[in-house]
Amino acid sequence: MPGFPQAAPVQGLVGGLLIGLAAAIMLLGNGRIAGVSGLFARAFGISSGDTPRQLAWAFIAGLPLGAGLVELVAGANAQFPAPPLLLIAGVIVGFGTRLGSGCTSGHGICGISRLSTRSIVATLTFMAAGVLTVTMMRLLGLST
Amino acid sequence: MTRENVLALLSGVFFGAGLAISGMIDPARVRAFLDVTGNWDPTLAFVMGGALLPMAVAWRVLKRRRNPLASNSPSLPSTSDIDWRLISGAAIFGIGWGLGGICPGPGIAALAVHPRSALLFLLAMAAGMGLHKLAFSARSLSRA
Repeated sequence: MPGFPQAAPVQGLVGGLLIGLAAAIMLLGNGRIAGVSGLFARAFGISSGDTPRQLAWAFIAGLPLGAGLVELVAGANAQFPAPPLLLIAGVIVGFGTRLGSGCTSGHGICGISRLSTRSIVATLTFMAAGVLTVTMMRLLGLST
Repeated sequence: MTRENVLALLSGVFFGAGLAISGMIDPARVRAFLDVTGNWDPTLAFVMGGALLPMAVAWRVLKRRRNPLASNSPSLPSTSDIDWRLISGAAIFGIGWGLGGICPGPGIAALAVHPRSALLFLLAMAAGMGLHKLAFSARSLSRA
């Protein structure tokens, strides 16, 4: 992409369409939101709710299966932060997604496409917080 | 396996595949999207755009059909409150997302590519969710 040599717009769009299709299967097939943080909490019994735990598990198990299939065919490179940062980030993400009732999938994809004001506000908020955090880390010279 | 669970698994597989194809499984790429004033990588915007398309259609279809395919007990969020929980939860999640470049979906899908890092992140995420549960059930107890 001109100006952004590292961007992958085609892969992004294709992958995004697949993610949207996945969420549409959940919505039209099961009448549920493909909200990953909520389904994860449900699968592990951290939250109570009316989603059956088996259903939550089925969805959660599918995620690494799908990613693994793609990795087998095309390979995937991923650069992960060091363990201490992984742990800190994990705790914060877990706490925040429960308090805010959702993450990038539930609010960002399912909620925005439903034109839910609540989800639009949540998405703008976590995007802004993410941008601020990454920018601060760069300015402070903290690397991952 | 019930039809409901098969659809949930299928949804998870597509979702995970989409995350891998779009490169969203790579925390470095996600952080590069959030680094708007640095070396910005707009890929995630294409992923979002791609995912919103099928979902926008799905919500319209659901409005007409009322009944999902496999579920006899659909369950969609009905809350529309924009309160301090939503805003602070989303902000906290955004900070964690910026720190690590990982949100729940890619964190789980990454079990297939980088199992050690993903597991560490997920354990911490579950702990954070547990912490939220603990904090808020303690609060409601002290109120009673």
